[in-house]
Amino acid sequence: MTVDRSRLPVPGADRPFHFPRIVKRSLGNGLELRAVRHRSVPVVSMVLLVPGGSSVDPADCHGLVSITAGLLDEGSRGQSALEIADRVARIGGDLDVEVGMDAVAVALTTLDRFFDTGLELVHEIVTAPNLANDDFNRTRNLRLERLRQMKDHPAAIAERAFARVLYGSHPYGHLSLGSETALTSMGVDAARALHAALFTPAGSTLVIVGDRAEQELLDRAAAMFDSWRAAASPMMIDRMAALVPPSSTPQTGLAVIARPGAAQSELRIGHVCAPRSTPDYHALLILNTILGGEFVSRLNVNLRESKGYTYGVRTGFNLRRGLGPFVMTTSVGTEVTGPAIQEALGEIRDIAGDRPATELEVQQAFASLSKGYPRGFETAGQVARSVSQLALHNLPDTYFEEFVPRLAQVTADNVSSAARQYLTPAKMSTVIVGDLDKIHASLPGPGLGPHQVLATDF
Amino acid sequence: MKMQIPFAKRTLANGLDVIVHEDHQLPMVAVNLWYHVGSKNERPGRTGFAHLFEHLMFEGSEHHDHGYFPPLQRAGGQLNGSTNADRTNYWEVVPTGALDLALWMESDRMGYLLPALTGQKFNNQRDVVLNERRQNYENRPYGLAGIALSAAMFPPDHPYHWPTIGSAEDLLAAKLDHVREFFQTYYHAGNASLSLAGDVETHQAFELAEKYFGGLPAGPEVKRIRADAYLSESKNLLMEDRVELPRLYISWHSPAMFAEDDAELDIVADVLAHGKTSRLYKMLVYERRIATDVSAYQLSREMAGMFQIACTAAAGIALPELNAAILGAVMELGHHGPTAAEIERGVAQTEAQFVYRLQTIGGFGGKGDQLNAYNTFVGDPGFFDVDRQRYFDVTSHGAAAAVRRWLLKAPPVSLSVVPRGRRDLALPDASEVRVS
Repeated sequence: MTVDRSRLPVPGADRPFHFPRIVKRSLGNGLELRAVRHRSVPVVSMVLLVPGGSSVDPADCHGLVSITAGLLDEGSRGQSALEIADRVARIGGDLDVEVGMDAVAVALTTLDRFFDTGLELVHEIVTAPNLANDDFNRTRNLRLERLRQMKDHPAAIAERAFARVLYGSHPYGHLSLGSETALTSMGVDAARALHAALFTPAGSTLVIVGDRAEQELLDRAAAMFDSWRAAASPMMIDRMAALVPPSSTPQTGLAVIARPGAAQSELRIGHVCAPRSTPDYHALLILNTILGGEFVSRLNVNLRESKGYTYGVRTGFNLRRGLGPFVMTTSVGTEVTGPAIQEALGEIRDIAGDRPATELEVQQAFASLSKGYPRGFETAGQVARSVSQLALHNLPDTYFEEFVPRLAQVTADNVSSAARQYLTPAKMSTVIVGDLDKIHASLPGPGLGPHQVLATDF
Repeated sequence: MKMQIPFAKRTLANGLDVIVHEDHQLPMVAVNLWYHVGSKNERPGRTGFAHLFEHLMFEGSEHHDHGYFPPLQRAGGQLNGSTNADRTNYWEVVPTGALDLALWMESDRMGYLLPALTGQKFNNQRDVVLNERRQNYENRPYGLAGIALSAAMFPPDHPYHWPTIGSAEDLLAAKLDHVREFFQTYYHAGNASLSLAGDVETHQAFELAEKYFGGLPAGPEVKRIRADAYLSESKNLLMEDRVELPRLYISWHSPAMFAEDDAELDIVADVLAHGKTSRLYKMLVYERRIATDVSAYQLSREMAGMFQIACTAAAGIALPELNAAILGAVMELGHHGPTAAEIERGVAQTEAQFVYRLQTIGGFGGKGDQLNAYNTFVGDPGFFDVDRQRYFDVTSHGAAAAVRRWLLKAPPVSLSVVPRGRRDLALPDASEVRVS
């Protein structure tokens, strides 16, 4: 057999793929159950999604949701944190409590034969954590140390500053870890009150994915969680607060956090953009893929492959229940900081202006996003997380099945108008964490206005 | 529970090993190609080469002299590559219909890279790698510690002395001619292993492998290198860094991958520092609260391993206090071994990890990667069960003996990484070490 090396082989047709069937049940206490059968390896994954993440932190108590969620596996039903950790380890469990801006997700993956034990563990830590004073203090101190260590991480400093610059006092304006001041002043009573207010069956969704009949998965979950009752709480939380748009306070065009001697400049560029519920979601996905969503995107080809400014650059529309940001993320050589910012803003300006996405680019982005789509459903954990996102964003069960057909309808015109509507370079903020003295001369003046120097723990 | 990755293996006439594993869950195939070359094949003064070379493999070959990413990403593929001391791997996970495309491209860069290699590509990728070095090592807290430790553990002519990322100086001095020589020596069928895992029939996979790779030359034989290393006395080093909290690293020489005591020391690392119930976490972070985190790893590689413990102090705590506690815990394990409960827990976690690794066909750590790892390092893609069995066979007695042999009877390298101007927090009498 000889190979024709005069041209690349043309990929053949896609083989059909069936997206997971979701079977639902609602419990009397308001908890929503979802089950999906997944037959690859004898593993079961579960995700309990509780809406209201760090965005429901009380204004003077940033970090409360995160520390409370972090305390779930620090002891429950009278057992110590060590005893809980021991039970998780004995089933080879992979337990993860993740605090996002919009939700808390408690995820556990374990071997199928430990399904019942795993379910019991998730139930116990969510409904009956000890929330003991000593554990609270220990956990709080570790978090304070982590906040100190964040000052060593340019990327973490940049994330924190960027959220604040874009959102100010809006619920999306702080990271889940919170601030030193808030953590220092809060007590275990606040965590107890928040736990009672936040972790309620009504509004929450439990997704179970494994190689068993869906009805069996649902029956076991129902038996375990049916008796869960919300506790009374002195605290009121507002799960809708994040849906209010941030006030359009004067923009900080360019903010610098000085890091003398830094080997590189960490950059974030972007603005407040859109909610997940936008009807232009699919057009934004295509737009992002072309602009900075993959290796062959315009930005990466320019800044990495053509200029050699960076190891990599990416963009994202981080869409949330409320208005999420558009953000470009990269780290560039100190000496090219100014030019890199100019190039990046230029690419964003171009795609929303003189050099709109072409038919070909849209086709290629569609192919990238659609042909690899089944890959996101390979493991039980991936499926469980995907299904929990449907619940968080109120998306239909047919969402996965409809994803590619809807993406296919996006035209170059749609992408161009999405770019013009959702990207406004003149309103973008730029955050730099870098060696201010060295980059000062190369900073772009016109267009961004004078830079503002922020403190590290800003 | 017996678990396997069913496979079939053939070796082509040019020496290329081809391994096929069928899994039709998704309409995707994972292509995974290992070259048995890494930074250990470099020499002093030319470090960072294997990794820089990996970058150049994505810049086009004779019959497709454009970027490697666009055709594959646009076919819905995901792809990447990585380099370590022992091997370099490349992988694509593509929709079934794009398998031919992936094999065409992998074989083109195996057979025809050099005609497309230019000075401009070379200079550009060298800049990208220098950025990678700054981003992942120089600009990252504690980022240079690993480099300093390897340099202290292994003598200057030992292949594990230098880091895979290389020194900035060597990268700047690299020449295009060196790249050509490197390719001719190591990048050929006889020094590679190809696995195809996923939605493909076995006979068809072998046919495709033969079609695309069968005509490529075998290349010169690659001599396997062996080098011994031991420390004649302990070393006590110090590094100032842009960090808020001091961290102590303790590192010993340890067995190579799959060698005797390797599994025992994996379990020992779990017992010491994996999870809240581990001895060091419980004592230092949970009870005494003098540390914020602690980790322990048996970092086993082809020629030798390193057993490494790292522990970050809580604010106001100096490293000698951590050092004493850690060494005490290690000594205790050497004398009495882990408890039955600790072994049971360690084995349960290890077993689960083995099963979790079977969840994906490709990418880093997926089934395709696993088959190639076993094939490259032990010559048997079906080593999965033997590998797993090593952990079931660990006893308290055996683990204690391994601790005595490798950790108690041999001197360690200690490295204190402290905030600038706070040498008072380091172990006493440490000598300063610099990484260029």
